[in-house]
This record gives sequence, structure tokens and C-alpha cells, in this order.
Amino acid sequence: MFRRLMFLLPALVFVAIAGYFLWGLGPARDPSAVPTAMIDKPVPDFDLAAVPSLGVPGLATADLAGGEVVMVNFFASWCVPCRAEHRYLTAFAEQTGVPLYGINHRDKPEDAAAWLAELGNPYRRIGADPGRAAVEWGVTGVPETFLIDGAGRIRFHHRGPMVPEVIDRDVMPLLRVLKP
Amino acid sequence: MIIELGHFALILALVAALLQGSLPMIGAARGDAAWMALARPAAFAQLFLVVFAFCTLTYAYVTSDFTVANVVANSHSAKPLLYKVTGVWGNHEGSMLLWIFILAAFGSAVAAFGGNLPPTLQARVLGVQAWIGIGFLAFTLFTSNPFLRIFPAPFDGEDLNPLLQDPGLAFHPPLLYAGYVGFSMAFSFAIAALIEGKVDAAWARWVRPWTLLAWAFLTGGIALGSWWAYYELGWGGWWFWDPVENASFMPWLLGTALLHSAIVVEKRNALKTWTILLAILTFSLSLIGTFIVRSGVLTSVHAFATDPERGFFILILLAVAIGGSLTLFAVRAPALKAGGLFAPISREGAMVINNLFLTAACAAVFLGTLYPLFLEALDGSKVSVGPPFFNATFAPLMVPLVFLAAIGPMLPWKRGDLAGALARLKLAALGAVAIGLIAWYLKSGGPVLAVAAMGLAAWLFVGALVEWTDRVKLFRVTPGESWRRAKALPRSAHGMTLAHAGLAIVMAGMIGSSVWKAEVVANLRPGETVEIAGYSLLFEGVGKLDGPNYQAERARFSVTRDGEELAVMFPEKRVYQVRAMPTTEAAIRTTLFSDLYAVIGDADGQGGWTVRIYHEPLVPWIWLGCFVMVAGGLTSLSDRRLRIGAPHRQDAESSARRATA
Repeated sequence: MFRRLMFLLPALVFVAIAGYFLWGLGPARDPSAVPTAMIDKPVPDFDLAAVPSLGVPGLATADLAGGEVVMVNFFASWCVPCRAEHRYLTAFAEQTGVPLYGINHRDKPEDAAAWLAELGNPYRRIGADPGRAAVEWGVTGVPETFLIDGAGRIRFHHRGPMVPEVIDRDVMPLLRVLKP
Repeated sequence: MIIELGHFALILALVAALLQGSLPMIGAARGDAAWMALARPAAFAQLFLVVFAFCTLTYAYVTSDFTVANVVANSHSAKPLLYKVTGVWGNHEGSMLLWIFILAAFGSAVAAFGGNLPPTLQARVLGVQAWIGIGFLAFTLFTSNPFLRIFPAPFDGEDLNPLLQDPGLAFHPPLLYAGYVGFSMAFSFAIAALIEGKVDAAWARWVRPWTLLAWAFLTGGIALGSWWAYYELGWGGWWFWDPVENASFMPWLLGTALLHSAIVVEKRNALKTWTILLAILTFSLSLIGTFIVRSGVLTSVHAFATDPERGFFILILLAVAIGGSLTLFAVRAPALKAGGLFAPISREGAMVINNLFLTAACAAVFLGTLYPLFLEALDGSKVSVGPPFFNATFAPLMVPLVFLAAIGPMLPWKRGDLAGALARLKLAALGAVAIGLIAWYLKSGGPVLAVAAMGLAAWLFVGALVEWTDRVKLFRVTPGESWRRAKALPRSAHGMTLAHAGLAIVMAGMIGSSVWKAEVVANLRPGETVEIAGYSLLFEGVGKLDGPNYQAERARFSVTRDGEELAVMFPEKRVYQVRAMPTTEAAIRTTLFSDLYAVIGDADGQGGWTVRIYHEPLVPWIWLGCFVMVAGGLTSLSDRRLRIGAPHRQDAESSARRATA
């Protein structure tokens, strides 16, 4: 009997491992998600000039504590996922009325202008960031997106494109809490 | 139209595989020769159809047919032809097609060369092989179809990931897959043997060459992948213990164990159930590797575009293939007849120890690779397991393995004489001490462990050569007589010597390049010089360069040593336009004993550039050693007994060999 059990052992071990694999495939799980240290912190101190020729003002810390929920999105014209999320962000800003602010990360002004001319500009303010602001915000790559509450605290941070699943799953419920 | 024909051919291949997996199995159970005979033509038909499908996709790539979604996503009209072809398997869908192609090729090889197998065994092996094919054909057709059209067709494609536009990586996947998939043969033979309820020496003689071939491919594939990482990723490292690398390394470790245990089954009719289990586990790890790379369960620097839905499909495949085979093992293996007995100190004993260490090393890599998943499932915390874990667990398991690899071949079968074997290794011990002292002297100190490890590599190298020279009686008889003896020696003996010596060379390369690596990071302006390991590199400036589908900044360094001009090096930084993705192209100047490795980084905007220069002693030996190991595997594969594999010749030959051994 014991001998038989020994032979069964490999199959049992596999069942356990397969269980973990099944759990690992769970749709809510994102293995590349890096825990963010920014949640519930006030937005960092920064003051970014406008991107020339866009006709949209720049962005600074003071703009983010106006008693209103706003979304801040790091983007760049050279970033492919930014292009992918652009229409979802545009739709989000239009439907919810949440002001969308952009931080144009390590970009050439003319490239950024051409990119926005092509895709449309949903941003009410855009700050041009040569790289420092991204470090202050704990951004590791574009696109990354934050939701700031009326008191100027970061309530949501997402790394990667803002696809509809993320907006529906994470942003909308939070928005209902912050902006009843 | 052509692409639709390819799609249709792939569907027909699934039908052929369904036939091949059902009727011959039933025929084998009923003893119906006609039904069993169906397996061979079905295998050929499946191969033909898959090759046709593969060719149509390749055609779409070569002609830049941008009505095919897969071509759009992974190709571009300006891409060099070589990368148009390799782009076929540089993506998830196409690589699955390559997987299936290689699987069908191995199946056909059994059909073509397996004429002297017992008919029921052949039918069952082909049947199991077809089951695997059914799984992957269905997976490709239902979740990863490369033949989908796109409408409207774009004007041009999105290009292949620039990191993959490289000759090293072009041939890495085919070799790697040939290795992974090659282990399916051992698996099919194992399952067929469990169904038949019989494992004998003839069975092992059949399994070994396939395992050997797969092992040689996998060794080559892993070596090519690590070489690519070394020169393309620009970090000067060649192995990162990344989950994807580990996914290929685990089947290699178990495959190596299987190679050794199969010899024991063949020569001594022992270790049978263990060998069956190893054959199942080796291929299971290949499947798990495929799952890890494509499901998104773990993060990795070079995973495919992942998709949980595909992951779920592969998980079901895993459950059927691995769960089913291990259950079959649990039911049938206890009934297998136990084989011959042997003393602990004997060739068989050495193989058992070899297997223990290799399996333990594989378990360590497995645990380290999946630990982040296990932990996250249990308490939600995120960790990453990095090189320190693997170095701390893997290296200590390799030390005794390498030490014993020199002794094992000296021990005769059944009952060995350890003192006698060690006495024959006096020269190896001497070599180990000598190399250790040389390393100590050259590197004036250095970590004691590294010096000892170099000595260990020398021990294995000299030990492998001593075993070989003893067999041909080099320097003890006339050279002509030695030559005659060398020719009479079975090729597998030469192969073993080569493979063990190759391992020693790889090991020396790994130690040298990790322990004695030197690195300089500097911000240089044109005209400034940086010194490293006795070389001085003069930075002459950066120029622009236009490639076919990229733009590059190319730096120029002139290298001198003691005032003597040695070389000019041109590291590049490229930006591939379509994906706007930068890559580094390291400049490497190699001597057989070390590499000088230069990478340029970003300009600081004030005339200076960040440059990184590495000096890596012995690093070329890693790939040289892998080459020697592959050569050893192929030499062994050409052995007469494996080539012919005829059971009736075994007795005369092996008794003759025992007399000479």
C-alpha cells in the first residue's frame, strides 16, 4: 500500500502545482503590478512649464488642490501604449467631466504638438517634464495615471495604459466614493 | 488565398492527428495490424500538412502580405529578408506553428526510422505523439490562429520587436523548441511502455538517441539564447535566472539526468520506473515552460504577449498531459518488474547520485522560479527571487556533481573500486591544484571559493581526458596502436569525454566571468580615455548611421595596450523607427581568454556620453564549452548501437564492449 502511495506522489504534487497555476491565471491578478508607495500621499511639489505652441497652460502642485477630483496622466508621443489608451482617456474625461491633466514626459514639444493634433487634445493642462517630475511622482515608465482627490492627495495610481477594464474596475467605483 | 489554404491544411493536420491518435491505439489494444499500420501514413500526412501551413505563413511574411494580421503585427516591408523569415516564429502564434512543425517532424522520424520497433510499441508511441499534437493543434487553431486576415489592410506592418532582429535570436527558438519538443519522444515512449507494461533494454536503446538529440538541441538553444542576452542586452551578463530562462533550463537539467539513467536501463536493466518518471517529468517541464512563458502567470523580461485565456487553455493541456501521465504512472508503474541489483559504489551508483543532484538542482530552480507565485497565493505579498537565491542553492549542488562526474566514468558496472578510480585520477587532482594555483597567482588573491571552483573545473576536465587516454592507452602503446584503439572505442565513449570536458570548460567560463569581471562606467567627452584591465580605450566621438529600418548613433573607441594599438570598437545605440524602440549594440573584442565589452548610453547634452566598459575573463569559454558539449552529444548519437538500435545485435556488441571496457 505504501509503495503504491509513493507512485502516486508525483501526480499529487502536480495537482497542488496546477492549483497554484489556476489561481495565478485569475483575471483580477496582475503579476507585473508593482505596489505603489504613492497612495494617500499628497501630490509631490512640482511646477512644470507649458508645452510651447499648444495653447494649454502648464501644471503645478497648486493646480491639484482646488477641491475637485482630477486625473493626472503621464504620456509621451513616442510611447505606443499611450496612443492605445488615448481614446479611452478622452472618453472618460468627456463622460465624467473629471478634469484631465497631462504631464508630457521626456518629449520634444513639436512631436507632442503633432501627436495631439492627430489624436485630439483632451487635456486641460499639460506640463512639460524633462524627467524630474516623473521621479517625484514615482513613475517608472509611461503611461501612468493618478487620481487626485479634492484635498490634493493621490487616491489611485495605475502603471500601464488605462484600458476600459481598468477604468470600469478601479476608477469608476473610486470616483463614486470621491465625488458622490 | 494561399493563407486560407495554409489554415485549411492546419485543420486537416488536426484531423490526421485525431486519426493517428485513435485508430492505431485501438489497433494496438486489439492486436489489429491493419489499424496499427495506419499510424505511419497518418504521421507523414500530418507532417506534410503542417509543413505546408508553415510555408504559407512564411510566404506571407516574405511577400509582406499585410492582409494577414499576424504579419502586420510582426513585420515591416523595410525589414531585412532574414528577419522577415525569422519573424514567422518571433511571435506567439507563429512560434506555436513552429512547435507543431517540430513535433510532427519527430513523429514522422519515428514512423520513418522505427521499422524495427515492435509494431504495438511503434503504434502506441505514434499515438501518444499524436495526442500531444492534437492538444497543440487545437490550441493554435482555437486560441492563437496565425492565419487571421485583417480588414482594411494597413499600408505597412508594425515591425518585429527590434531585440529579436538579430542573428543570434533568429535561430534560438528553433533550436530551443527542437529541444523541448524532442523530449516529447522520451515522453511518448514512456507512456507507450506504461501502456504495454514492459520496459527493457531495447526500449532504453530507443529512448536514448531521441533524448540525446533533444538534449543537444536544447543545449545549443540555451547557449545561443544566453549568448544573445550577453551581446544584445548590453548588461555584460549572460544569465539572469529569469523565469523564461529557467523554463528552458529545468528540462535541460532533468533531460541530462534522463540521459544518464537511460544508460543504466539499457546496460543493466535497472532504474526502470525512475527512468520512466524522469521521461514524463522532463517533457512535463517543457510544457510547464511553455505555460509560464505564455500565460502571464509570472513576470519576465522576455515573455510573449500574454493572455490569461490562452493560459487557461494551456493549463487544461497540462492537466491532461501531465496529470494523465502521472496518474497512469501511479497505476501502472508498480507492476513493472524491478531490474538488476548493484552495489552503491559502481557505475550505476554513480548515475544514481548524478540523478539525485540533477533532480535536486532542478527542484531548486523550480522552487525559486515559482516561489513568487506560491507566496502571492498564500498571503498576497509580492516578492521576486533573484540570482542570490539561485547562486546559494544551485551552486552548492553543482560542486559535488562536478566532483563526482570525474569519478563516475572510472567505476565499472555492478561493483566498483573507489580507491582504484581515485588512484587513476591522481593526474586530475594535480591539474586541479595547478589550475587553482595559476588562478591564485594571476588574480593575486581573489575569493578562495572561486580559486577552488577553477580547480574543480580543471579536475573534471583532466579527469575526463584521463579516462579517455586510459581507454586508448595513449603514451603507453605506440601512437598507431592508440589510434586503432580510439577508432575501436564506441562513439558514445568519445561523446561522453567531450561532453564532460565541455562542461568543465563552461564552468571555467562562468566562474571567470562572474568573479573576475571588471566594470567601468564613465562620462566621456571625445578625446578622453578610460582604463580597464590593462587596456586603454580612447573615446573618439559619436557619429550617425542609417540602417534599413533603424537609425543609430555609433561611437568609436580605439583600444591600446602598453601603447600598442589593438583594435577599434564601434558600440551602437539604435532606435528602430516603427516601434520607436531603442536597443544597444555592444561592441565586443574577444580573445579566446577574455572579452572587452563596450556600450554607449545617453549623451549628457554637454558633449559628454555615458559609456560602460566591461572586461570579462574567460567568458568565451561558456559558449565554446557548450559547443563542445553539443559536439559530444552528436558524437555519441552517431554511435553504431544507437544508429542501428537493433535488439538482436545488442548481445554480441555489448559483450565485446564489456571486454574492452
